[in-house]
Amino acid sequence: MHKKITLALVGFIGLALCGAVGAADMHTQVIASTCMTCHGPGGKSQGKIPSLAGLHKDSFVKLMTEFRAGTRAASIMKRHANGYTEAEIEAMGAYFASLK
Amino acid sequence: MTLNRRDFLKISGAGAAVALTGCASRPGPSARAHVVVVGAGFGGATCAKYLRKWGPNIEVTLIEPNDKFVSCPISNWVLGGLRSMDDITHGYDRLPRHGIRMVKDSVVAIDAGRRVVTTRGGASIGYDRLVLAPGIEVLSDTVRGFKEAEAAGKVVHAWKAGAQTALLRRQLEAMPDGGTFVMSVPAAPYRCPPGPYERACMVAHYFKQAKRKSKIILLDGNADIASKKALFTWAWNTFYPGMIDYRPNNAPLAVDGGRMTVATEFDDVKGDVLNVVPRQRAGEVCHLAGARNDSNKAWCTVNLATFESTTVPGVHVIGDSVLSNLPKSGHMATNHAKICAAAIVELLAGRQPDPIPVVSNTCYSATSDTTAGYVAHVYRFEAGKGYVAQPEGGATAKGDEPNFVFAESWSKNIWAEVLS
Repeated sequence: MHKKITLALVGFIGLALCGAVGAADMHTQVIASTCMTCHGPGGKSQGKIPSLAGLHKDSFVKLMTEFRAGTRAASIMKRHANGYTEAEIEAMGAYFASLK
Repeated sequence: MTLNRRDFLKISGAGAAVALTGCASRPGPSARAHVVVVGAGFGGATCAKYLRKWGPNIEVTLIEPNDKFVSCPISNWVLGGLRSMDDITHGYDRLPRHGIRMVKDSVVAIDAGRRVVTTRGGASIGYDRLVLAPGIEVLSDTVRGFKEAEAAGKVVHAWKAGAQTALLRRQLEAMPDGGTFVMSVPAAPYRCPPGPYERACMVAHYFKQAKRKSKIILLDGNADIASKKALFTWAWNTFYPGMIDYRPNNAPLAVDGGRMTVATEFDDVKGDVLNVVPRQRAGEVCHLAGARNDSNKAWCTVNLATFESTTVPGVHVIGDSVLSNLPKSGHMATNHAKICAAAIVELLAGRQPDPIPVVSNTCYSATSDTTAGYVAHVYRFEAGKGYVAQPEGGATAKGDEPNFVFAESWSKNIWAEVLS
């Protein structure tokens, strides 16, 4: 947990230093883009994997938080969700919500 | 002929020189940097697309000799009869819509000092940054007789999806019932660690449907199943009992396409269909750039936060050619491409690339025509350590039907992500 807080802080400092179009913003775009490798370009999926585009931010954050905690049944998403900080999950949620 | 790396692009055949405006020498919003990407597989095509997405002012040239993209992931499903070659073959026609300049050619020389690549067709193309995504080169010479048997169409590796995949499927179809399929697995590192064991599942599935008396001998150059061991052990015991003879520490030394034998240190193994997968190294273009720089001169070491070569400035390497703890998968190459594209966009703009990138891998393997399992990890970059696998990552111990459905969906989504 300590590591996650540290990493979240590093991300926050990065955001503060670089502004909206700097490394922190790119950090969010890159991690969100790696989600799209499974969830489809622009977050629009074909087939059984759910789409992420346009998902309400609170829904995304709630899902990921429950995947992490193990309170929502999940297989692969428990493994993924635990790899990200809370700050990253918030930022990804906002990003996916902004996609049409 | 005078070449200036920053402003010269000549496409031979078109007979026209297209001038690109400079980048580093002329900073500002109108500056146009030029990035050349070599190889339009999972890594290269994705990198070209995201360079344009995140750096709309960057000129991107993507050099690829093949007309079509043939996916290695799902190619084992073709061998099992679950899918056709058409299902795994896709066009590049949607990539130019991103503003990517596609050049159908091969790279034959790289001058990393002057930052110019030369193609077989005679074009000299200057770059500000070069991305190499060639995939693997199969070391045919490491198995005696393989080259000759391969040239004669008797024995293939089918470790690059394409004509050899189709030929191996035809060989399996032509094999009489009661025959033996012999496959060899190279010592790690090699492309797609779970691939050989998934292939054994898929061929066994086909035999179970069409040739029930047939057998599989798996000669593994590794000491044990190199990936998803629990999953494949479960699958072989559950679906294919008695069909797969697994022999660890059995690297192939020679193959004889006339006698149809594979020689190991221990004996000559006879088969009706032989599928020898030799060891591999980074693609040839990495050598041309001087970027095949690990201690064996086999793979490329890179700064893993930017994928820039540790020894050749301005040259980035992504995908299977990279030596790292990240698995050599198509999914991983696609995600290398995004880290690399973001880093190049930042570097060309004079900004610091993200010092703590995060990358993930997801890899499904079919265990039958209705079941699959996966391995998945998130890796976080830490200074001085490289990518650290996060503790919740791992693989399924059994296959199931939901994961087969997800694997199908994954394949459609990753192909769309790479190519559209």
